[in-house]
Amino acid sequence: MGIHLRRAVILTVFFFLLCGLAYPLAETALAQGIFAHQANGSLGPDGSTLIGQTWAGPQWFHGRPDPNNPMATGGSNLGPRSKTLERHVAARIKALRQLGVRPTSDLVTSSGSGVDPDISPRSAYVQIPMVARATGISQQRLRRLVASQVHPEQLGFLGAAYVNVLELNQALARLK
Amino acid sequence: MGLLWTLVVLVVAMAISWRFLGSYLVAVYDGKTSWLGFIERPLYRILRVDPKVEQSWQRYGGALIVFSGVAILVTYGMLRLQGSLPLNPQHLPGVTPALSFNTAVSFVTNTNWQNYAGGSTMSYLSQMGALAVQNFVSAAVGIAVAVALIRGFARKGSSTIGNFWVDTTRGVLYVLIPIAFLAGLVFVAQGALQTLGGPVHIHDALNGMSQTIPRGPVASQEAIKQLGTNGGGYFNANGADPFENPTGLTNLLSIVLLLAIPVALTYTFGKMVGSVRQGVAVLAAMTIIFGTWVGFTVAAEHGPNPAVAAAGLVHQPTGNMEGKETRFGDTSSALYNAASTQTSTGSVDSSADSYTPIGGFGMLSGMMLGEISPGGVGSGLYTILLFAIMAVFLGGLMVGRTPEYLGKKIQSKEVKLAALGVLVMPITVLVLTAIAVAIPAGRAGPLNKGPQGFSEILYAFTSQANNNGSAFAGLNANTAFYNITGSIAMLLGRFAIIVPVLALAGTLGSKSLVPTSTGTFRTDTPLFVGLLIGVILIVGGLTFFPGIALGPIVEQLSHGKLF
Repeated sequence: MGIHLRRAVILTVFFFLLCGLAYPLAETALAQGIFAHQANGSLGPDGSTLIGQTWAGPQWFHGRPDPNNPMATGGSNLGPRSKTLERHVAARIKALRQLGVRPTSDLVTSSGSGVDPDISPRSAYVQIPMVARATGISQQRLRRLVASQVHPEQLGFLGAAYVNVLELNQALARLK
Repeated sequence: MGLLWTLVVLVVAMAISWRFLGSYLVAVYDGKTSWLGFIERPLYRILRVDPKVEQSWQRYGGALIVFSGVAILVTYGMLRLQGSLPLNPQHLPGVTPALSFNTAVSFVTNTNWQNYAGGSTMSYLSQMGALAVQNFVSAAVGIAVAVALIRGFARKGSSTIGNFWVDTTRGVLYVLIPIAFLAGLVFVAQGALQTLGGPVHIHDALNGMSQTIPRGPVASQEAIKQLGTNGGGYFNANGADPFENPTGLTNLLSIVLLLAIPVALTYTFGKMVGSVRQGVAVLAAMTIIFGTWVGFTVAAEHGPNPAVAAAGLVHQPTGNMEGKETRFGDTSSALYNAASTQTSTGSVDSSADSYTPIGGFGMLSGMMLGEISPGGVGSGLYTILLFAIMAVFLGGLMVGRTPEYLGKKIQSKEVKLAALGVLVMPITVLVLTAIAVAIPAGRAGPLNKGPQGFSEILYAFTSQANNNGSAFAGLNANTAFYNITGSIAMLLGRFAIIVPVLALAGTLGSKSLVPTSTGTFRTDTPLFVGLLIGVILIVGGLTFFPGIALGPIVEQLSHGKLF
């Protein structure tokens, strides 16, 4: 027991130094050297492309109806037969219809992170009439804009195709 | 198409891991490789451990319990005191006692159940120096126990099963640190954070919005959380958070990492007991269950969300997107969650609570089978070997012969130990769930009403007693009741299984080998694989069917009804 205890304490200190300090600090040093932009949060002048923002008004493309608070990420956790979820979704459908947008799955549901920065390409296309009316930019130009912003499935098969809403709106701002 | 190619890549990656990581593990635990000897040798001198001297199962187990106890105390202390410790740029206060204890138990038992929101509760030091350290250590302990059991099968007339200090040290040094370091770089390259720079405030002039963006050493933790089948997220959203799991590539890499060691250990097992076919048989049983569960979980999530349909969006061609990330879509999300619940990892890249009833059933029942498909690092192998002993026992009963497994006679003592190891988890889950639904403190937990609320409670105890750590996260479990009962479930699910497993290793190791004869029931054939799968499904089904019926099954059958 005594010898176990002594060894346990020493080994715990050793693992703290190795796995708790040396490993993450070496990883940080290397990451900051090679991939500084990503390691620091993919930050640009308008925020991080990895963290969703709330876009209000018809002059911008909207993201998913998330709280977009990166300090407290997470999903709604509402179950598949939740009345609360039904109420939320019904309200989102109504709001989109009022803006002249045909609802899609990802525009009426919240994400797993609560800060999803992306929407499906289809969700971008259905917002074109709304943005065109509000900005006066032709629908044809907006369609070209969206098409240029689509990230296809990574390596052709991983995950799903998406449009990054911040990048799309930054590109839209350059058109205006 | 996407799913097909993903599966092809996954199979190739697993084949490589099985063959090469598997044989590397043999070299590591047989002491045949020593490229890090310059770190190892001085450490053993300070520990006063002679790496050539082995321990009996009692001493091995004693060392494991003392070591884990110290780990719980140290982790608890660091969380309580984090307010006065360095590397705390957000000036977070110490964590409360009940939550600190639950979290310490959770990380030491390789569960990583989290009753806190990582990014806003834990300092950099707590994340790196307390929690991530246990990600490594608990994984190495799990592998050590599996290797000790393999030695029990492989040896004859031996009174020792290995040296706990050496096995644990070598697991961290030779296996976990190198792989995690490389994988961490891929995570960063794809967009995961790796900085000690503290949170940043940003202002977007386009939409006039401001955000505070938390940051931290995420990628290094992400890599070991998957590789060690731990699963504890740096942030609350876990693998759904874009800073933890930024792209489809990191999503697939996560799945590869969490399957790598459990799959490789089946090769290690076969090689060490002298017949790779024996390992293949175990892997076949794991793979058939894994594939089936992935199949129906993915299919279920490609279907519509009933509440979204009821709200007016009946046509949902992209599947159930509530709680899922756009960049992953329904298929990659379901694949990740199905893999992580069946490996005792418990990381999630989408909200488990918002899965369809059948998708939720897939995750819940994937754990209820005992985390054997392929299960956690080490724990998956030693648990399925308990089932294998049950299977040869049943086979022996049917033909009226004393059962044997890998040349060892399976007698009353071995069957009792295996049965104990198999039954601890279901008893823990069912008793604690019954208590929780019977008293107000338990019933206060669920967010959702109706069957989903019951599922949240059942899921919580299933997850903790299986050292998985995923959650139907609507449950508010940061209460005295759930912190304490959860800790009990995690401790029993870990140590009340490890002790019988080590006892089994001891008793098997001391036996002599029985020569195989024509009457021996072969355990490397499809017949045995079928029998093993049958035993696993029957034990899981008989113990958990009533619970499943009250949760996911009722929910699935409640057509047109919302709660």
